[in-house]
Amino acid sequence: MYNQTEIIKDTTNLGPDGELVVNMGPQHPATHGVLHLVVTLNGETIKKIEPHLGYIHRSIEKMCESLTYRQFIYVTSRMDYLSSHINNTACALLVEKGMQIEVPERAKVVRTILNELTRIASHELWIGAMAMDLGAFTPFFYAFREREMITDIMEDTCGARLTMNYIVPGGLMYDIHPDFQTKVKAFVKQFKEKVTEYEDLVTGNVIFQSRTQGVGTLSYEDAISYGCTGPVARASGVSCDMRKIAPYDAYDRVEFDEVIETAGDSFARYIVRVKEMNQSIRIIEQLIDNIPEGDFVGKTKNVLKLAKGEFYQRVETARGELGVYIVSEGATTPYRIKFRSPGFSNLSVLDHIAKGSKIGDLMATMGTLDLVIPDIDR
Amino acid sequence: MLSLESITKTIQDWLFAKFTPQIALTIECVIVILLCITLFAVLGLVLVLLERKVAARIQIRLGPNRVGPGGIFQTAADTLKLIMKEGLTPDAADKFLFNLAPFVVMMVAMLLLAPIAFAKNFQIWDINIGVLYVSSISSLSVIGILMAGWASNNKYSLLGAMRSGAQIVSYELSAGFAVLTIVVLTGSLQISEIVASQENGWWLFKGHIPVIIAFVLYIIAVTAETNRAPFDLAEAESELTAGFHTEYSGMKFALFFLAEYINIFIVCAIGATLFLGGWMPLHIGHWKDFNHIMDYIPSSVWFMGKTFFLIFLIMWFRWTFPRLRVDQLLNLEWKYLLPISLFNLLLVTVIAIMGWHF
Amino acid sequence: MDIESIKSYITAHAPEATFDETGEWLNIIVESNHVKPLAAVLHGQPMQLDFLFCLTCVDYKTHLTMVYHLTSSKDRSINIVIKANVNSADPIIETVSDIWRTAEFLEREVFEMFGVEFLHHPDLRKLILEEETAIAVDEQKELVTEKKGYWPLRKDFEDPINMIKL
Repeated sequence: MYNQTEIIKDTTNLGPDGELVVNMGPQHPATHGVLHLVVTLNGETIKKIEPHLGYIHRSIEKMCESLTYRQFIYVTSRMDYLSSHINNTACALLVEKGMQIEVPERAKVVRTILNELTRIASHELWIGAMAMDLGAFTPFFYAFREREMITDIMEDTCGARLTMNYIVPGGLMYDIHPDFQTKVKAFVKQFKEKVTEYEDLVTGNVIFQSRTQGVGTLSYEDAISYGCTGPVARASGVSCDMRKIAPYDAYDRVEFDEVIETAGDSFARYIVRVKEMNQSIRIIEQLIDNIPEGDFVGKTKNVLKLAKGEFYQRVETARGELGVYIVSEGATTPYRIKFRSPGFSNLSVLDHIAKGSKIGDLMATMGTLDLVIPDIDR
Repeated sequence: MLSLESITKTIQDWLFAKFTPQIALTIECVIVILLCITLFAVLGLVLVLLERKVAARIQIRLGPNRVGPGGIFQTAADTLKLIMKEGLTPDAADKFLFNLAPFVVMMVAMLLLAPIAFAKNFQIWDINIGVLYVSSISSLSVIGILMAGWASNNKYSLLGAMRSGAQIVSYELSAGFAVLTIVVLTGSLQISEIVASQENGWWLFKGHIPVIIAFVLYIIAVTAETNRAPFDLAEAESELTAGFHTEYSGMKFALFFLAEYINIFIVCAIGATLFLGGWMPLHIGHWKDFNHIMDYIPSSVWFMGKTFFLIFLIMWFRWTFPRLRVDQLLNLEWKYLLPISLFNLLLVTVIAIMGWHF
Repeated sequence: MDIESIKSYITAHAPEATFDETGEWLNIIVESNHVKPLAAVLHGQPMQLDFLFCLTCVDYKTHLTMVYHLTSSKDRSINIVIKANVNSADPIIETVSDIWRTAEFLEREVFEMFGVEFLHHPDLRKLILEEETAIAVDEQKELVTEKKGYWPLRKDFEDPINMIKL
């Protein structure tokens, strides 16, 4: 048992300079998963953040070494579960590149539409969750109203609502649902009407702006040096959209703008994501009426074997650049596989940009980095 | 006409006729205590349900709708669950203070009920320094929160309690100055006199600009004082898990929860008394018939209506705004609200001295 | 910059480097002790390969190979891969985390998964796994823990506790 003085000594747990070490996570409402941050505080001011990962590490890279090229795609849905379609696309594209499989036009267009829907769904969830981190509960429900429509479309198409596993090497697993086009159009219509609602609720809010503007500022040089990608880097002025740099699927035939802000703070990251949703809607609108008829899957062999060599495929997920690196020895399974996940690099910058700010700022910074823990841990 | 005033009068007359004054007074005290506790329980149930329904309405969902018609027994079921739960005390906590804290918070809330005029001549204790009593007692609640945060032996609790201390102490000032505005205009600290002064029109609607400013300041300050969003930094769940009550469970947690709602009720009741005329019905100038109809509505209904309107306002804030950061919170008070309150008080004093008010 | 000029520029600065163009991108193969100087050259003018988008390690059983994927934020069409073999038994290589800050985390991951030791790394600790890793279960069903010699992503790794043998 403790006696009184020991309790008081224990409670403050002061370091040499009067610091307080707080374990945020693995169970903490703002880390959205099992991220463990060891935060050193001086009063309310953050002196150091040390991430501890691995609470949801499933060693997907090792697991994939014993799975065939058809099987390993399903595991990748569990990495960044909010953009599982895009993860699947990356793996399918890599296998197609390695085996020179011809993908039918129909499959390419449908993949692009699904990828963009996934991106919108992911950003919608992010808006809700980030607003909740900042203490506003209501935007979450508004965002989920539209996200629900996307999830329903996904359910019709793939039978799943979160881990889709719909994209296979060569095209799609099944043809799209007959209602796909009408439902997507209905969604686009509703989204355009309703997106202003939660933008009014969040973007123009004085408290929200004062909580995010100038908070967690990431400079252009640091964004590049830390390997940040996606909306995080684009908010700092780095042009890094893989859909523009190395277009895949049907991205080379659609018109859209790469959203770039220069402020680099949390508010800029917010604005980038909101604008990106509108760009995604633009892409969907261009493609939804032009889904070509034809096969939904190309001709593939029953057993997939990649030639001996190394392959790298990059795609733009909702969080940034996902890279899949495969070393093949010519067998039916990869010899070594490495997923370059966007969240991992984006997390590494957290200590740098949150140092010296308040605990409340950490929530804004962490929220706008849009961390998905399975994506970081893999 | 049957009114609360006549009921209390009958009971008092009967008691004093039957017993000696000492015994009669004791029995009256017991009745008042019982009524207070009942009011607490009922208010807790009603306000929690109201909050959940308001939140649901704002968030395009239904809210509790399974237990009883429209979910009205939901909070009763929740309370039952909380009572059945084990009240854990962490091993490393300071056990005495840890268990005392919820009762301190609760007692403060209970004491504040004393000077509130619920209806015409229906008041527990019409003390002649009523407003001063309210301001002084309400500042005591911070002791309970600090006690809870410190005794929990938890870093989140400690941070929450520290924030809460800084916040309540600062916003006390603005709330106090806003109350003083009315005191200066009325010339009395007694609640009944303040209400009586609004017979010809509520202070808010009489058209004094300092009063309108004071009302806005008061609403902001009391939202902060009761630790409600956007000022709920003491229990900011995304930052400090649950702030000062992280380690509490079961009924001890429920007491904090209840005290929060009771505090909201009390500050709104005070707000309604000071600015919206307490139990005074709405009278418009010389419209005799209209005023007469208004008089038919019982005074308790007027009081509760006004109070619940203010409560709804505070709930509306909570579900609309994000949370402020701790330094922004203190900046808002010390750099903006306090100077404005001081200036406002000066203005109203000048008005009162010159006799420009009506 | 086209491939040929890149190659001649690299040869001028690192004469021992060999090239492999069979893959999608240009591969530069160097000795492990030349990685750091070459990285510094590539990061500077005129190449400006300032974006390290992937850093990993491959276990070829006989040796480990460090793989660095580089690109330039100014011209994203240039993609260069640096490869360096390191010894399996005692893998040591100089860190590049002072050139690309992102390498700090990526190298920590490689350190705990492959056991590659990065010299002059600012904070070389395990990032994902626990500091002490359970390697076996003894007779009393207690976990036997060990600090070193446990590299999960190596090919010869066998997990005595968690792996299900098919």
